[in-house]
Amino acid sequence: MSTETATPLGTVARPPRSGLKKQQRGQARWAIWLILPTMALLAVVIGYPIVSAIVMSFQKDAGLDSSTGMFVQGGFAGFQNYAHWLLQQCASSGGTVACPPGSLGAQFWNAVGVTFFFTVVTVILETVFGLWMAIIMNRAFRGRGIVRAAILVPWAIPTAVTAKLWFFIFSAAGVANALIGQRILWVSGEWSSRWAIIIADTWKTTPFMALLILAGLQLIPDEVNEAAKVDGASTVQRFWRVTLPLVKPALMVAVLFRILDALRIYDLPAILTGGGGGSGNATTTLSILVVQQIRQGPNSASALSTITFIIIFLVAFIFVRFLGANVVRTQESQQKGTL
Amino acid sequence: MSAIAGPAAATAEGRALRLERTGTANKVGKRRRRNQSIRTAISAIVIVVWCVAPFYWMIVTSFRDVGFTFDTTPWFTHFTWDNYVTALSTNLGNHLGRALLNSLIIGAVTTVICLLFGIFAAYALARLDFRFKGIVMGVILGASMFPGVALLTPLFQLFTSWGWIGTYQALILPDISFALPLTVYTLTSFFREMPWDLEEAARIDGCTPAQAFRKIILPLAAPAVFTTAILAFIASWNEYLIASQLTTDATQTVTVAIAGFTGSQPHQEPYTAVMAAGVVVTIPLVILVLIFQRRIVAGLTAGGVKG
Repeated sequence: MSTETATPLGTVARPPRSGLKKQQRGQARWAIWLILPTMALLAVVIGYPIVSAIVMSFQKDAGLDSSTGMFVQGGFAGFQNYAHWLLQQCASSGGTVACPPGSLGAQFWNAVGVTFFFTVVTVILETVFGLWMAIIMNRAFRGRGIVRAAILVPWAIPTAVTAKLWFFIFSAAGVANALIGQRILWVSGEWSSRWAIIIADTWKTTPFMALLILAGLQLIPDEVNEAAKVDGASTVQRFWRVTLPLVKPALMVAVLFRILDALRIYDLPAILTGGGGGSGNATTTLSILVVQQIRQGPNSASALSTITFIIIFLVAFIFVRFLGANVVRTQESQQKGTL
Repeated sequence: MSAIAGPAAATAEGRALRLERTGTANKVGKRRRRNQSIRTAISAIVIVVWCVAPFYWMIVTSFRDVGFTFDTTPWFTHFTWDNYVTALSTNLGNHLGRALLNSLIIGAVTTVICLLFGIFAAYALARLDFRFKGIVMGVILGASMFPGVALLTPLFQLFTSWGWIGTYQALILPDISFALPLTVYTLTSFFREMPWDLEEAARIDGCTPAQAFRKIILPLAAPAVFTTAILAFIASWNEYLIASQLTTDATQTVTVAIAGFTGSQPHQEPYTAVMAAGVVVTIPLVILVLIFQRRIVAGLTAGGVKG
């Protein structure tokens, strides 16, 4: 991203102070009217559903109680739906009991674990490979255009198609087993189904990571690396002491985006391993659990989706607060080329 | 390493040093450079193969006779068009053709709505000075990172009671929730890079702000708007979670159609036909992306939001 905005030689004469203030106020008025429609539309498509999800999450689900077979009326539930998931309490006629194993409620902490496991492993793999790809693409060589075009292919393929493609590759008689000379049941084994998803996700998303990091790398002036080279720094030293610190802001933003995206992973486990994967819930992520719950009890599903949302929000907050991934500022300074 | 502390000073120093050393270090440098370019070439080949091989495998399999589904010959063998006929036929209860049309309509309407709203917001964010700009930007960024499942449960209830399940608007509205932030975000970055001096010139020549926007800025911004449109369209085209829950057979999108593709035998995955369907769905995107490669990369990295 080169910012070659032509700067006029003599800056246009600034209007006097009072005029400037007036102009600013005028701009602010314009800005409100320009932004209002977007904010209003977002309030309709995001704000309204969120509020109704929170309202729903405090309502009881009407229907047959799975443990007693009694019909339960709806009504205010308090934090019962949240306790159902977080504390594993299932409603019964005489208060609450521990959720029976195998029920959706009992899978909550497993789903949290699976979701975080996927997030940590895929983001680490994608960061390492993405950084490597970006460094290669940042070098000048013949055929660089081909690499840059090739890297867009996995990104352009819809995740649903990616899932079907890897489902075929990972089938028992498929090409993955043929290549490694094994007969692994990728789709139905407990750990193999998890790794199948991790591999497919890494394939699909590393290019995106590489492009974001590459944008950061391109802002590092050649002279810095040249100078380090002349000072006698080895390739490894230059990577750790020059490239990495300078690309860190862009890298952090890319990692944050990927973490938030990985925490809501749905398409791949839903299609590639049919939701459950090995032993029925080896690849059940939080999003999958919500979808399974919707038809059994929408209010309880709302509580779960709100919990998911809060988890993602907390992770983002911690990441921005303690690791200093300043998204807005980094983006702006990338634009100005002052990273 | 002084390079980090003071890049400018280190650079000047480095230049002087380099001049001094050129004579003696020439040979070593040359060999090292050749080694590095060989390593770069190998890495580049690995990257290309890793990125393209699965896609290539999808194409090869899609042209393979169904009796040789698990043939692992790495080039085209037992060539046939049958899988494409199967993929597009409706005999087995698959409606890929209709799904393509559905996705096209939903994607197009979503994109147009997002552009109509997003252009103005992006203009304000890129150009005008006002308080709370950071907050607005944060809200839009936060919205783009919003988990789809959090919308799904209330929308499922709402659309069921309104009888909206199986309508286009039931998918267009949720699609706006992630396509609009993406649009605003990408356009804002593009708008920041435009030569805005021209606008000022138009203003001096007597244009109103609205005229300056319409006559000067919009034509200049057309490529940026076009790129953003592609990104928004792809995001909508690829959506699966919400589409899988809020559609009926009649409004199925391509991603849902492919995920639920059925073969002639129950419990037997029609791999070759699915690969053919996958190619049909993917090829237009891949061609589009490769043609507008440069602009799309610029848009992706500027927006920093996954499509």
